[in-house]
Amino acid sequence: MTQINNNEILKPMVKAKKSKYNSYDIEKIKMETTRPSRLYENVISESSTPIIKAENFSFFYGSKAGVKDISMEIYPQMVTAIIGPSGCGKSTFLRSMNRINDLIPNIRVEGKLYVNNQDIYAKQIHLVNLRQQVGMVFQKPNPFPKSIFDNIAYGPRLQGIRKRSTLQQMVEESLQLAALWDEVKDDLKKSALALSGGQQQRLCIARALSTKPNVLLMDEPCSALDPIATSKIEDLIDTLKNDYTIVIVTHNMQQAARVSERTAFFCLGELIEYDTTSNIFSNPGKKQTEDYVTGKFG
Amino acid sequence: MESKESEYSVKPAAVFEHPLVLTFAQDVKGFLFNHIGALILFVFTCTSVLAVLLIFLFVAREAFPFLGKFSVVEFLTRNAWYPEASEGAEYGALALIVGSVYVTTIALAFSVPIGVLSAIFLSDIVSFKIRGIIKPIIEILAAIPSVAYGFFAVLVLAPWLQKHLGFATGTNALNSSLLLSIMALPTIISVAEDSISATGRDLREASYGLGATRFETMLKVVIPASHSGIIAGVVLGMMRAIGETMVVWMASGNASQIPHPWWDLSQSIRTMTASIAGEMGETVKGSDHYRSLFTIGLLLLVMTLLLNLVSEYFLSRARKSTGKS
Repeated sequence: MTQINNNEILKPMVKAKKSKYNSYDIEKIKMETTRPSRLYENVISESSTPIIKAENFSFFYGSKAGVKDISMEIYPQMVTAIIGPSGCGKSTFLRSMNRINDLIPNIRVEGKLYVNNQDIYAKQIHLVNLRQQVGMVFQKPNPFPKSIFDNIAYGPRLQGIRKRSTLQQMVEESLQLAALWDEVKDDLKKSALALSGGQQQRLCIARALSTKPNVLLMDEPCSALDPIATSKIEDLIDTLKNDYTIVIVTHNMQQAARVSERTAFFCLGELIEYDTTSNIFSNPGKKQTEDYVTGKFG
Repeated sequence: MESKESEYSVKPAAVFEHPLVLTFAQDVKGFLFNHIGALILFVFTCTSVLAVLLIFLFVAREAFPFLGKFSVVEFLTRNAWYPEASEGAEYGALALIVGSVYVTTIALAFSVPIGVLSAIFLSDIVSFKIRGIIKPIIEILAAIPSVAYGFFAVLVLAPWLQKHLGFATGTNALNSSLLLSIMALPTIISVAEDSISATGRDLREASYGLGATRFETMLKVVIPASHSGIIAGVVLGMMRAIGETMVVWMASGNASQIPHPWWDLSQSIRTMTASIAGEMGETVKGSDHYRSLFTIGLLLLVMTLLLNLVSEYFLSRARKSTGKS
């Protein structure tokens, strides 16, 4: 087996720029952004370059620490789960990765958090580009009170794409990726709020995919959904991981075991253990992890 | 230990000491208490509803003889208000209606942009602490008596306008519009701000998460999502402006004329409210003039009622949309 070139994987992340869409050519962009699918599963592991890397990263709300001294690496094209009891900082850590936590007043960070080798808490970070390439799906489905089409087209429109046919194509692509196209293709003009909870969440995933991100952050995406909708989303995660790097925060340990390759266990704002999912669940290195995954506490 | 056990044997869990069914007397007493209490509260609540109805009836009763005697169409479309002419008194209220609508529109043209932008600033941009200082100050604006505004209009603003803008008179359409816009501001700001802050953080996060800037988030997500509340605030501000009497009475110049050309803000005008307030004292009860003023009042009532319905509609929509998300 040959080691595949890391630069190849990270390429779309490096060259994505806002201006490239000005003279938009869908075929060209498609070719540019199609990622190598995950053919060499076993090769891309510890040896590959991490796409997100935390170095002694701490996040404070006022004087209270949300997460303390986290050091971990997240690898491309796999699903990394973050589990832990409520209030352990897993959402805080996830939300730091595209700086969506900036909206909260009085926050402070220490240490470094790298995305694609760039410290994203450095001064001159391009937040728009960061968030376009590190997309996010939130805990509660939060579609805009607009039509289904306008929801998905929101991201592309922000990038300056105005042409109706291009938007149409991107909307269809995103909805198909999120496995929602067949259910809504006839009423794209309907309000997104009329969809069911599970459909709304897939719509939000489609919306996050519309900006063609490299990383998809999912903050307990199934906690407001019933088991059927949950299994649909999990299937979706399974297909998406070939082309995207997914970080998922979840309360549901079975879910973490089902969908992820690597799992991090957080407790009280600290990273207790981070390993392959099978190790975490069958052979945890720490007592605390074992107690949590076996249900003795948490 | 022993005594406890014996206690349990005397009082087993299956014995309920207090009966679970009401006696007849208790039942009647409870029924009466409930219903009489509700009735009393109903009567008190009715006073305000009755007040509205009675005012409407009273104004309509005083106005209807006039409507029977003179043509409604002429009243609404003619521009000649000579109620005290010894013969051939004319009651063309067009100039008054136009005057009211005119100052209200100009006032809104000032206060809507200022109000909505302030609401956005307060809800999304400024820190919580500073917002806590600014908001009460804005609310004080609503508490200032309108006669104080009138004083300011006559003694400060009017001379200033005359001196610096070269107007023939300082009490004119511009002066009253400016004052009305300031008076409408607190309503617009506070209702719009409530509605904008009620738009969930989740929508804002979704927008930022897709790479939107704060400006784009505001323009494309937050304002569209809260537009019902913003419109309701504007309509409430409009009601405040159109119903305002003292300020327009003092600041508008009270000339019953339609500005010509229409954009000339330096001309004096007169509003419906100011006419009623100004002329009511001089009329003979039951005269045509007296009744014509009531007709104006009826028209005002109908206008504000319609505006109220519009604002209710938008407020209920705003409540619905924020309740959903």
